[in-house]
Amino acid sequence: MDRRLCSGDEAVALAACDAGVCLGTGYPGTPSTEILEAFDALGGRAQWAPNEKVALEVGLGVAFANARSLVTMKHVGLNVAADPLFTAAYTGVTGALIVVTADDPGMASSQNEQDNRRYAVAAGLPMIEPADAQEAYDFVFRAIEISERWSIPVLFRMTTRVCHAKSIVTRDPSAAPATQKAYFEHDRSARVMIPANAKPAHRRLRAKLAGLRDWAEQDAFDAGLNQFVPGRSDLGLVTSGVAHLHALEAAPDASFLKLGLVHPLALDRVRAFAASVDRCVVIEEGDPVLAEALRAHDVAVTAKPERYRFGELDVARVRRILAGETAAEPAPPRGKPPALCPACPYHPVYRVLRDLDCIVAGDIGCYSLGVLPPYETFDTLVAMGAALGVGLGLRHALPEAEARRVVSVIGDSTFVHSGITGLVEMTYNPPPTGHVVLVLDNQTTAMTGQQEHPATGRRLNHTPTTRFSIEGVARAIGIDQVAVIDPVADEGGFAALLRERLAANDLSVIVARRPCILAAAGIRRWQAQASGPAGTAPAPGVSV
Amino acid sequence: MRVTNVVFAGLGGQGVIKASDILAQAAFRAGLDVKKSELHGMSQRGGSVTSDVRFGDRVYSPMVPQGEADYLIVLEPSQVEVNLPLLRPGGVLLSPEIIPPDRLSNKRSLNVALLGVLSGLVGLDPDAILAAVRQALPERLYQINERAFEFGREIAERG
Repeated sequence: MDRRLCSGDEAVALAACDAGVCLGTGYPGTPSTEILEAFDALGGRAQWAPNEKVALEVGLGVAFANARSLVTMKHVGLNVAADPLFTAAYTGVTGALIVVTADDPGMASSQNEQDNRRYAVAAGLPMIEPADAQEAYDFVFRAIEISERWSIPVLFRMTTRVCHAKSIVTRDPSAAPATQKAYFEHDRSARVMIPANAKPAHRRLRAKLAGLRDWAEQDAFDAGLNQFVPGRSDLGLVTSGVAHLHALEAAPDASFLKLGLVHPLALDRVRAFAASVDRCVVIEEGDPVLAEALRAHDVAVTAKPERYRFGELDVARVRRILAGETAAEPAPPRGKPPALCPACPYHPVYRVLRDLDCIVAGDIGCYSLGVLPPYETFDTLVAMGAALGVGLGLRHALPEAEARRVVSVIGDSTFVHSGITGLVEMTYNPPPTGHVVLVLDNQTTAMTGQQEHPATGRRLNHTPTTRFSIEGVARAIGIDQVAVIDPVADEGGFAALLRERLAANDLSVIVARRPCILAAAGIRRWQAQASGPAGTAPAPGVSV
Repeated sequence: MRVTNVVFAGLGGQGVIKASDILAQAAFRAGLDVKKSELHGMSQRGGSVTSDVRFGDRVYSPMVPQGEADYLIVLEPSQVEVNLPLLRPGGVLLSPEIIPPDRLSNKRSLNVALLGVLSGLVGLDPDAILAAVRQALPERLYQINERAFEFGREIAERG
C-alpha cells in the first residue's frame, strides 16, 4: 500500500494521475500552484495558461472531447474564469471538468478573502470541499464521477490549510473511475449557447441540480462525501473543510454532520440532524454560506458571530464560538513583515519612482512589496492587470501636473495574464498627457515560486516553446515609445529615460528587464539546456 | 500517544520549513499520525515564518493552537519574544543561542543542529530523525549536517 505524507495540493495531483486526467491547466496562484507542478512531476500533462479564463476554456474543450481535465487556480482566479464558468454550467461536459478553486481565508498571500462557495450557488454547479490531503485524494475521484454522471463541471474548493498542510495519504488507484477514450460528437444544441439553445440548457442545468440534491441526501453519504458522526445529543456541529478538523479537536464528543458536498446541500439530512440535537452550530470558515442557506430553508442552526467571518479559523477560535466568548481575541504574534529580497532587481526601480515622486498604479506580484518602507511607492493595487486601467483613469481625471506623475507598474507574468487589453485601451483612448507603463520583467512568476509563463519562452516543465515578446506586442498595438532597459546595470539611464517619458505626451512602455535573483540560476540552467542541439529560444536581449 | 505539538519559527530562508518537514517525516516513519502546516507565499518573503508539526495516535487540526506548543524551536534571536505566546506553560523553548555559531562549520545548518537538540527530547528515535535529515538533503550536505545534528544531540545530553 502506497502511504505517504503529502500536501493537499500533491494529493490532488496524485488523484488526477491515478484517474487518468488527460490535461491539467491553470495559472499559478498561492495556494494552488503546487497542484500542476506535482502533476507534471508525476508524469501528467500539465501546462500553465496565460490566465485562468483561458485555462478553463482549454479544460472545457478537453471535457467536450469526452476526456478528463483538471483546471487549477486561486480564489481570485475564478473571477477571471467566471465568464466561461457560468455558461459551461449550461453546456455541461461529456468527459469530466474539475475546477479547483484554492481560497485563502486570512489572506496569507492574496488581495482579498472572498469565499468561492458563493460561486457554486451563483453558477449553479456542484461543489466538493475536502478537509485534508486524504480527502483531497479521495474526493477528486468522487468529483470526476459526479462530473461524468451528471455531465456537469464540478468546483473543487480547497483552502490554504488544505492545500499546504501535509498529512498522511493512502493511495488507491483501484478506486479511480475507469477512463474512456476521447472522441467528438456533434451536440450543437447543448454546446452552442445562442439564446434558443441556452433557454432549454438553463432548465437542464436546474434539473441536474435537482437530481444532485436528491443524491446528496443519501448517496453522498454512502460515497463518503458527506459524513454523519454521532455524538452528544446536546451539541451538533455542521462543518465543512478544514473547519471540521478544528471543530473535532475543540469538541470531540459533539455530533457532527460534515459536508463534503457543499452545493447542493443535503437539506433534509441537515434538518433532521439539527432537530436531533439541543443546539446545532455551523462551524465554517469565511462567509456564513452554509448557515445562511440552511436558515433560508428554515433549518434551525446557529451561525458563528460576525467577527469570525474575518481570517482563518483554528481550534481556539472554534472553542470561543462554542463557548459564546465575547471578550476580544488575543492578538497573533507580530512577526517581521515581508520585504523585497536584498538583491531584488527592482530596488533601483523603486528608488527612481520614489525620487521622481510618481503616482504609481501597481499590480499583483512580489513587486507590490514596494508599498512598504523604505520606498512606499505603490499607490494602488486591486486586481491582475488593473495597473493599466487604473493608471489611465488617474491620467484622465487629474490636473495635468499630477497626471504627468502617473505610472502603471506591472510584472511580466501579470502583463501577459491581464495587461494586454489595458495597453489596447491606452492606444484606443489615450489621455491628453500620454501615459507611461513600466513592465517589471524579472523573467519568471516570482511571487508564486518561479513558474514559467509565455514571456519566458518555456513551458511549465521548463522546455522551450515560442516566447511571447512583451515589447513586440507593445509595438504591434501601436505604442509610440517602447524601450527595454536593465535597471540594475544602468540605474542612471533608467532614471533619465523615465523622466523623459513622463515629460512627453507619448504613450510609452518601458520594459525593465533583469532576472529575479531567486530564479536567475534556474533560468541560466534552462537556457543552457535549450541552447543545446534541440534548443531554439535565444535569451531575450536588452535594447533601447 | 498524546499529540505532541512542535512549532518552528524564524525568518524566510533559514530552513524553518525544511526542519518541520524533516520532523514530520520522522514521525510518519515511526508509524504515527502526523499533520504539519504553515503559511507560505507573499507574507513570508524575507519576513517571519512559523511551521507547525503535530504527531501522535490521532491528529485532527493541522495547526498548533496558540499557547499549546510543547516545543518552540526558534532559528532567529529576534523571533523568540514574538513567538513565546505559542508555547504552553512548562513547554520547552529551544532558542538559537544554545548553538554557539562558531561551532557550526556552516551557519545554515542551524536548523539541523536544533533538530539534534530536539531529537533527545521529543519522544522519537533520534536516529530516525537523523535518517530523515539525510533523506531531505542532497548528498553533498550530509556531512556538514550530520555534524551539526550530532553537536545538537550532545548539547541536549549535557543538558
